[in-house]
Amino acid sequence: MFEQHSPVLPIILPLIAAPICILLGRSQLAWLFATFISALGFGISIGLMLTTLDQGVLSYSLGGWEPPWGIEVRVDAASALVLCVVTGISSLVLVYAKESIAKEIDSSQHTLYYTAHLLCLAGLSGILSTGDAFNLFVFLEISSLATYTLVSLASDKRCLTAAFRYLIMGTIGATFILIGVGMMYMKTGTLNMLDLAARISEYDSSRTLNTGLAFILVGVSIKLALFPLHMWLPPAYTHAPSAVSAFLASTATKVAVYVMVRFIFTIYGAEYVFHTMGMDTILLVLAIVAIFKCSFMATVQSNVKTVLAYSSVAQIGYMILGISLVSTLGLTAGLLHIFNHALMKGALFMAVGAVLLRTGSVDIKAFQGLGKQMPLTMAAFTIAGLSIIGVPLTAGFVSKWYLVTAALEQQEWTVAFLVLAGSLLAIIYVGRILEAAYFKNPAEGTTYKEAPLLMLIPLWILVFANIYFGIDTSMSVGAADTAAQWLTQPSSSPATALSVNMGGATQ
Amino acid sequence: MTELIDLVLLGMLAITALRIIFLKDLFAVVMLFGIYSFLSALIFVNLDAVDVAFTEASVGAGISTVLMLGTLALTGRKEKTNNHTTFLPLLVVVITGAALIYGTLDMPPFGDPDNPAQQHVAPRYIQDSPQEIGLPNMVTSVLASYRGFDTLGETAVVFAAAIGVLSLLGLPKHEKAAIESGLKSHLVLRVVAKLIVPLTLLFALYVQFHGDYGPGGGFQAGVIAAAAIILYALVFGLPMATHVIQPTLLKALAAIGVLIYAGTGFASFFLGGNFLDYNVLASDPVAGQHIGIILIELGVGVTVFAAMLSIFYAFAGQAERANIQ
Amino acid sequence: MSFIVDYYNYWIVVFLMMAGFYIVISANNLVKKIVGLNIFQTSVFMLYISIGNVSGGSAPIVADGITRYSNPLPHVLILTAIVVGVATTSVGLALIVRIKRAYGTVEENEFEDKDDLI
Repeated sequence: MFEQHSPVLPIILPLIAAPICILLGRSQLAWLFATFISALGFGISIGLMLTTLDQGVLSYSLGGWEPPWGIEVRVDAASALVLCVVTGISSLVLVYAKESIAKEIDSSQHTLYYTAHLLCLAGLSGILSTGDAFNLFVFLEISSLATYTLVSLASDKRCLTAAFRYLIMGTIGATFILIGVGMMYMKTGTLNMLDLAARISEYDSSRTLNTGLAFILVGVSIKLALFPLHMWLPPAYTHAPSAVSAFLASTATKVAVYVMVRFIFTIYGAEYVFHTMGMDTILLVLAIVAIFKCSFMATVQSNVKTVLAYSSVAQIGYMILGISLVSTLGLTAGLLHIFNHALMKGALFMAVGAVLLRTGSVDIKAFQGLGKQMPLTMAAFTIAGLSIIGVPLTAGFVSKWYLVTAALEQQEWTVAFLVLAGSLLAIIYVGRILEAAYFKNPAEGTTYKEAPLLMLIPLWILVFANIYFGIDTSMSVGAADTAAQWLTQPSSSPATALSVNMGGATQ
Repeated sequence: MTELIDLVLLGMLAITALRIIFLKDLFAVVMLFGIYSFLSALIFVNLDAVDVAFTEASVGAGISTVLMLGTLALTGRKEKTNNHTTFLPLLVVVITGAALIYGTLDMPPFGDPDNPAQQHVAPRYIQDSPQEIGLPNMVTSVLASYRGFDTLGETAVVFAAAIGVLSLLGLPKHEKAAIESGLKSHLVLRVVAKLIVPLTLLFALYVQFHGDYGPGGGFQAGVIAAAAIILYALVFGLPMATHVIQPTLLKALAAIGVLIYAGTGFASFFLGGNFLDYNVLASDPVAGQHIGIILIELGVGVTVFAAMLSIFYAFAGQAERANIQ
Repeated sequence: MSFIVDYYNYWIVVFLMMAGFYIVISANNLVKKIVGLNIFQTSVFMLYISIGNVSGGSAPIVADGITRYSNPLPHVLILTAIVVGVATTSVGLALIVRIKRAYGTVEENEFEDKDDLI
């Protein structure tokens, strides 16, 4: 009987599980329950993905009110793909979190941690599945508030200033999005995304709509940490508890990239954004600067979590680069990189969290000699690191391959060259850590045990995923390709889709 | 006439905002912010948004100001002078403002009934909601039914805020306090508070259940009820208040409110409707809508009351701790 | 003249928004930043309510003899946004209280010096 409700379940399951977690009280129970719910959400998301690849869009009218009067949940291949990433990483992180937070978060806060994690998951799933522009803002704020809480749970006092800065920047971003949505509503009288698309296309160009788009893009760029609005990200990911960094780095910014894709391709239409307003050049330049500036920043940090955080900003540059190429292939590459980067960054942050657990430090010095002492953790770190660089047979290679192909398809030789050059910087920042781990001797008289099994299992699942999706690309590329086709085909917006849509819950 | 009042109020807002920029005394800044909030509530009334005005007055001028004052008590009331360069922020603001002004040049005229915003989706709410939902207050109809999913999200946001504040500050321990706190020695305050607290609670109940017919609803009711207990805590001291309503109970209540709301949605599942489809809750759709709206407003009210009060407890507990030390 | 009558409301609201925005990004004191954030958001709420205003309309509560109502939809959106705003404010203020305890100050330039904020 739940079949027909499946589009809305990934949102409401964690949403209802969060308060139950509080009522359960005991942290063990909360952990089991949260992991179970998250895994259930993952299962449903995979089901959604298979259905969308097979049948196209799923629409669900909340409250039984047909859109645009009611709120619609709308899952297509793009949302289902990112939904799978988010729920999957969330489940693995929750398994991992039990051992990881034991040392990093005060034991009285563990239940609150699981509750906040579930709220964040609910918010992210909501952003991904909603078909309503204002509803997106509401879910954005649920996930953001939960995120600020998660970041501030660490025991290091610097997490507080990091969380505060994140809160100020994030709220400014959300308010910008609110302004943009208001301007869109002012000109169109609707909030439903498809309906907006149909009504915006009636205007050739309108100052109010242009300004609205500009505010939305700036707001979303803050949320996805696009250079130069990324300043909140490195401190937040550095000082947050490791499990939180692993979760956020592989989901939160990706969801924001998805929001950008949604607004550009579904609502305004690529034609309007890229040709009428010329956003493609701006995004392309920012993306390339992000790749080089932040990859360079990553090579000079001594804190390994900061290295990974800057690397994240650089990798977001690759995703935006794919989008700014204005082609189906470019968009495919961008979406694919959302998927692949989640696998690598999740694994890297998990490995660093394991090192933090055993050595009590994430400084690059703490990694000296760990290659022998924590062989499994460091092997995982190495493979995920190779994936970040883009070595063949890893998922990272597939992303880079598609990015370069997309650039070449547009005759953008320089861009293709810059993508490859960016990888050289990745070799340096990953290489420095690997050098410390394998070629330096540990400090005198220190021996560390291998990480506990509950941390190694999710870590290695991600590592295997990195290899698997580096070899068998049919699944990931297929999904990204279908999603990109859907987003770029002109008829995915106005008329045809809206008529499907009027059927409401019948699908 | 409306335009004239609007203009005067906007002018007062502008003066208040400018004053806040230059003031260094944070106590005055927060007080001016309270005034700003009240003035905007007046603007909302003037522009016919009575529900919004009600909420802004109780939240912006009420809860937010109380929390800001509580923070100031712990952090000090003077802003230090700094030699920050003000050029860059000014530049950013001027550019953003210019972009917005550019955007306004193409906006539909203010107040024109033919504006697109008034045309497409909204007419159905105005014309059909009294029949479809059966409530005279269209805002409640849209809030609780047509856009009920937003409101579920809003309840979750309040819950998330409570979780955040609890994880940061913790709840005060429920114990008989060693030190005398509150303003108990003021006879007048004590007598007045005893009179006002029950009346405020009664008013909260009225707002909760009358929201279908007039301005009000679960959110406003929750805030007003929380305000009553906050007044009680201020006059009789936090330990007395935590004795009457225990912090752990509040934590559970905040969770239960969300569960009531989401549970109503699940009930629709099992009765064969979509999530939050109240039509199926009774044999007659309008009666079903009525049941659904009462239930979810109750959920909102419970969560907001519990979350706001526990947030206040958390701040007050910190102040109490600082006093002891 | 009609140009000004049509738009004066939006312009003043934009001014208010920018005043709030300026406070957020220029203030050194964290409490003042939060005050600025609230002013910024409250002014955005005014923009929305202005969108829904219909001159000669009445509050959207059914009453006899009234034919023209203001648009209820922006009111609903802003009710939600106000709640979101107070939620953010309370978490932000709680962070400030903790920052004060950990750093002994709530002035941004003072803890940046002591700290390796990246």
